This record gives sequence, structure tokens and C-alpha cells, in this order.
Amino acid sequence: MKAFPLVAGLLIATSAAVETPVLTVYAPDYFASEWGPGPGIEAAFEARCGCDLVYKTGELLPRLLLEGARTEADVAIGFNSDITKKARESGLFAPHGLDISALTLPVEWSDDTFLPFNYSHTAFIYDNTKLSEPLSSFDALLEAPDDLRLVIQDPRSSISGLALVLWMNHVYGDKSAEAWAKLAPKIVTVTKGWSESYGMFTDGEADMVLSYTTSPAYHIIAEDDPSKSAAIFEEGHYFMVELAAKLAGTDNADLADQFMAFILTEEFQSMIPTSNWSFPAALSEAKWPEGFRELPVPETVLFYNEDEAAALRDEAIEAWRSALSQ
Amino acid sequence: MAQRALPIGAALLVAGMVILPVTAVFWRGGGPGTLGPADWAALRFTLWQAALSAALSTALAIPVARALSRRRFPGRSGLVALMGAPFILPVIVAILGLLAVFGGNGLINRIGAPLGLPRLDIYGYHGVILAHVFFNLPLAVRLILQGWLSIPAERFRLAASLDAPVWRVLERPMLRRVCPGAFGVIFVICLGSFAVALTLGGGPRATTVELAIYQAFRFDFDLGKAATLAVLQLCLGLGAGALALRLAPREGFGTGLDRLTDRWDGRGRLPRVIDALWILLAAAFLLAPLGAVALSGLPGLPALPAEVWSAAARSLALALGATALTLALALPLLSAPGEVAALLGISVSGLVLGTGYFLLLQPLIRPAEVALPVTMLVNALMALPFVIRILRPGLEAARADYGRLAAALGLTGWRLWRIVYLPRLRRPLGFAAGLTAALSMGDLGVITLFADGDTATLPLQVYRLMGSYQMEAARAAALLLLALSLGLFWGFDRGGRANAAI
Repeated sequence: MKAFPLVAGLLIATSAAVETPVLTVYAPDYFASEWGPGPGIEAAFEARCGCDLVYKTGELLPRLLLEGARTEADVAIGFNSDITKKARESGLFAPHGLDISALTLPVEWSDDTFLPFNYSHTAFIYDNTKLSEPLSSFDALLEAPDDLRLVIQDPRSSISGLALVLWMNHVYGDKSAEAWAKLAPKIVTVTKGWSESYGMFTDGEADMVLSYTTSPAYHIIAEDDPSKSAAIFEEGHYFMVELAAKLAGTDNADLADQFMAFILTEEFQSMIPTSNWSFPAALSEAKWPEGFRELPVPETVLFYNEDEAAALRDEAIEAWRSALSQ
Repeated sequence: MAQRALPIGAALLVAGMVILPVTAVFWRGGGPGTLGPADWAALRFTLWQAALSAALSTALAIPVARALSRRRFPGRSGLVALMGAPFILPVIVAILGLLAVFGGNGLINRIGAPLGLPRLDIYGYHGVILAHVFFNLPLAVRLILQGWLSIPAERFRLAASLDAPVWRVLERPMLRRVCPGAFGVIFVICLGSFAVALTLGGGPRATTVELAIYQAFRFDFDLGKAATLAVLQLCLGLGAGALALRLAPREGFGTGLDRLTDRWDGRGRLPRVIDALWILLAAAFLLAPLGAVALSGLPGLPALPAEVWSAAARSLALALGATALTLALALPLLSAPGEVAALLGISVSGLVLGTGYFLLLQPLIRPAEVALPVTMLVNALMALPFVIRILRPGLEAARADYGRLAAALGLTGWRLWRIVYLPRLRRPLGFAAGLTAALSMGDLGVITLFADGDTATLPLQVYRLMGSYQMEAARAAALLLLALSLGLFWGFDRGGRANAAI
């Protein structure tokens, strides 16, 4: 019985809080953390909308699929293009209805549901004080002596690892099994996620790590350390894009639309480089911060759309698995 | 009647707490999934690496525990406490610590290279086993050390006065009783290995069932397959557990007067040297990677962000809650069916368990609101098998030694526990509580599915920092985690050993 007044009090308190509308945004863990782009974006959007933006973090797509139509999410941000097929087929998402002609992506983009907010390319990062002659092509990497130590991520547990097997598939096609066989002796190990790999690289456990073309920017801008570079390959680099989408079942459609539109604004986009450490999806290069403008970028950008990626995925992973299991 | 109803009820409750969520995942996934050849390969690898890791950890623990049981030296209790640490480190931190010593650019290679020694390559099956021994040797040492301490001092005295071989009459029977349980528990832990096996195994050859579960869950969203694999894990764990329990004989050594043990048999020069060598080797193997973790964490410590401290406070509360819950669940489970039921909790993938609870709770309540209680519960379920393994021998001994006397005096229920059992279980209780607290401190568990931005635990913050290039802060946070876990472990363990000359 004693609990009753407390519960009643809580209910009153909650109903008072409902006065300010709440926009619930599902995001990957890194995004909403203190060290990701989330907090800045939250403050900027709350200043515009007079609402309360609340992030819910965790495994984005599994959680949404588990919750189904009951989800509290109004918007979900942080999808990767290689898994959007599954997301789209769930029918949980609604078209954003925005004009996306202002996008500055290096690939054609016409998706009416998933809206890009940043991009980068897969790349091997190395320490330019230790490896003086940069590798200029994937072929050169395959032919490099076997004492070059690489660490990569597992395509079965990591999105960047998946991007690598698709990249290999794009460059080598039918020959990817042979290409993997040449690369295999140089691969020190495979890690579950990006963090383990990158930690091993910064510890000196590997000469090169699978990461992104934008990774050196972090070291240059935040640490004033110009020693990390991305090896730019002639064959081209695989495109990695992060996307946001509005939930079809949102009970805050206006706010959700406002947020989706906010993604394309200069205010949002200019926060991306130095908090997400990637290229903004809709901002001309002239407005990029120093350190990003100078980053070497690949001339050729390779990309599989979601249908191609879904169709090739199992085969590409199997090529990787059988070559590295020898 | 009531005496029997409680343990059986508790065993059923714990089994239900594992089986229900797994069933929920099955149901949502639409029935069992199909397994491919790669999954069976993963199953084979999982099995043999777990068996080998458990066998090696247990075998190596025997001489170390024996040395620790019969030597007194300054810093001994500190060393015994520190040895609990590898077991409780977050995986990512432990990997980097191990690589700092055994890696290509690690301590051993940096010392060895100028001396012309061949380069040590850690990556491969041997790396997986090395890492698993690193994690589990301390647990095995503690479990076996307890066995040694359970032999009454009077027995050694008797053996010495009869000039009887201590190894044959006392130690070997004790090991036969203790080792199968230690092996079983470690085998089950290694069944669930994933990131360690993959990273140190050097790639997809070292694929475990847990990785296949993660893939099914995260990329394929094939819940049926995830649940099928989880049930396979569960059967393996249960099989191993049941076998271990069956192999272990029951008889004990009878009671003693709790006098300090004096070991007449270890007085020669050779036994001294051998014991010292084993202790030094074990200490170096376990402490060097921990030292590397601590050293790399120091520079970032002063600048640790506030979020890390609040996460630390949350993790502490979580650990203490999980400890209380685990002990409450464990006491009625100190029986053979209880131990088998408890093995369920650690056999099954935490990811599947978490998903199951998510599915069960989501229609009733917002998952974020129960993030911490659910994490606590899952942590408690994971810690139960260790706690029971630690407590059961003590309780059975107390029952055998004092049960008849207590019955004659009419002691039952709570009074029996308070007067007879709890004081005799004090030492294992302290160790069990310390282990649970430290384990829940370091566990990432199910929090990733339930957590909001503001319910992050300390291990989660370590991963977040690493994911945002903040390697220095991540190392400092890892050091904080290590220190807090050790502090909790040491505090409880010490509490259990107060007034005991152990």
C-alpha cells in the first residue's frame, strides 16, 4: 500500500514531463557516446525544435527488428548500406520525402528512405614514419613481402570487415579466392571489431590496419600527429556510407521529419568531420575543416548497392574464410 | 519434506530462468535453424579448444596450488588476490595486455630479438590455448588451493608421524575430488569464448559457436539459428558438467580442529626450489600482462572524463547487487541437481539469454527501465556455477562433519545455517562473493541490447572510448576497471579470510 503514493507521484511527474515533446532516436553505441557526434547534434537540434531528443543505443537493426511495430523509435541513425536490404524489407521505415540533390557523395544516390549523413572509404592505414614507400595499389599489397603485418576485421562480426570482402570481390571478382590466398600470409590476425584491430595497430602489433580513408584525420587534428596515412590504391576503394531513416510507425511524424531535414543542413553536416571522423554527406569540400581537405582520397570509388551486396555477401565471405582457413 | 523441496524448487527456478528466454528466442525465430558445414567446423573447434584449455589450466594449477598451499612468504595473500584478476578483465583489455607481452612487438620478442632468439608468434591455436590458460589458470588454482586447505592439519600431522606418503594418502584423493569440478567449470567457460579465440587464433580457423551465434543475430537476424546454436552450447555444457560431477568421488577427509597446517613433507631443499619456481612462473605469466594493462593506463588516468566515473559508480552498484543476488540463489542450490541447473546459465550464450529476456519483457515494460536489473540477473546466472563449485565442497564437508551433531542438538533451518554452516563457509563465501562481484564488474553481458545512453557500465565505456579513437582514455578506464574489480575481489575475499591464517 505504501508504494501507491509513490507510484502516483511518479505518474504525475511523468505526465508533467510529457509537455515537452520527445524525439526518440535509435543510434549505434559509438554515435551517442560523449566522444561521438551525438551530443553536439542533440544540442543543436533541441535548440531548433523545442523538444527533447533522446538517444537509445545498442545494436541498431537487431533491436528494431526485435521490437517490430512496437518500437519507440521515431528515427534511427547509423545504418550501413550493406545491411539496409534487411532493414527495408522489414517495412518499418517510411520515405523521408526530402530533396537530396544537395548530397555531395562520390556515388550516385537516389534512395527515398535511407538518407546518408556521412561517408568514408575502406583503406589500409599505416605509419608513414615506418613504411616509407606507400603501397599504391591492391596488387602491390598482394605482392608485398609476407613480413608485412596486416590486421583486419572479421566480415561475420564487423561491418568494416564485410566491406573489405566486398572490396576484394569488386576488385578481383572471380579471382578473389587467389587474391585472398596471396593476402593470407600477411594477415597477422582477424578481430571481432574495429576497436581491437585499431588498438593492435597503435600498439605496434601490425604494420597496417583495415580502417577508413578518414582515420588519419583524427590523428592529425586531435593529436597533432601526422604519422598515420591511408594507402590509396589505384583500383579504387570501397564506399562506406552511414544512413538515417524515419520510422513508419512514429507518433512524432513532424519532429521526425524535422530531424531528417536537419541532417542535410550545414549545421549538422559541419559537425560530422571532427566528431564522427568521416566525410560529411552534404557539404562542399571548401567547407570541410582543415585536415580533412588535405586528406588523399581515392579517384575511383567502388560500391555495391544493397541488392548486389546482399547477393554477393555469402560468396565473398566464403572466399575469405576458405583462403584464411588454410 | 520442506528440507528437500527448497533445493529442488531453486534448481527448477534457475533452470527456468535460462530455458524460458531461450525458448522465447526459438519461438520468435520460428523454430530451429539449419546449420551448415561451417557451423559444424566451429562446433568441433569449440569443443577441442575448450577441452584442451580446461585440461591444461587444471593440470598447471596443481603444482601452483600445491606450492601456494605449503609456502608462507611476504606478499602471498596479495599474490593470491591478484591472481583472480585475469578472470575478470574485459576481453578487449585482456587481449591487448597479452599482446603487450606475447605479441609480435611484445616484451618477449623485444627481449628475445637482440639475443638472437627466434621470433615468438602468438597467433594460432597455441595462442588461443595460452589466452584461455591465462584467463582460467587463476580460477583453477583457487579451486584446487581450496581443496588443499580443506585437508585438516591433523591429517598432515598424522601422516608425518606415520611417515606415510602425503601425496598418495591425502593429496591425490583430494585432487580426484576437486579437479573434475574445476575442469568442468573451465571447459564450460571456454565453450563461450569468441573474441579471444578469434584474435589470438589468427583468423577464421579459430571460429567458435559463439561467433556463429553473433553472426546469426547481428547480420542475418536468424533467431532460429542463434537459438539452435545456443541449445547446442547448452547441451555441451550440461554434458561436461554432468560428467565432471559423476567422475568426482564424494568422500572427504573428516573434520579437524582448524589448526594451522604444518607441512613436514615440504621441508627439503628440492621441494622448496620447485615450489618457488612454480610460484614465480605462474606469477610472471599472470602478472606481466596485467602490469602492461596498468602501465598503459596510467598516462590517461588524470584526464578521465566524468562519464567514466559515473559509469564506474553504476558498475559498482551493479556488481554488489549481482553478488547479493547470486549468493541468495546459490545457498539453496548447493546440491548436485542445483549445480547442474546452474551450469545452464554459463553454458548458454549471453547474447541469446539477453535477447530472450528482451523478448519476454518488452511487451510488459520498456527494456531500458530494466536494463540494470536484467544485467544483474544475467550476471548472477553466469556467476552461479562458480559460486556453487566454490561453496559445495565446504558445505558437504560441514554437513558430513557436523550434521549428526547438529541434528542431535535439534538445530534446523536458519539456526543451523547461522551457527554451523555459515561460519564454516566463511572462507569460500568470501571468495565466491569476490569472484561474482569482480565478474559482474567486468561483464559486458546483455547491457548492449538494453542500455540507453545513460545506463552505460564501465566496460561499455571502455569499448566506446576505443571505438572513438580515444585509446589513451580507454586504457585509463580499463585500469580503473581493473583496480575496482580487484578491490572488490580483494575486499570480499579478505573479509572471508579474516581471523584465518590463510
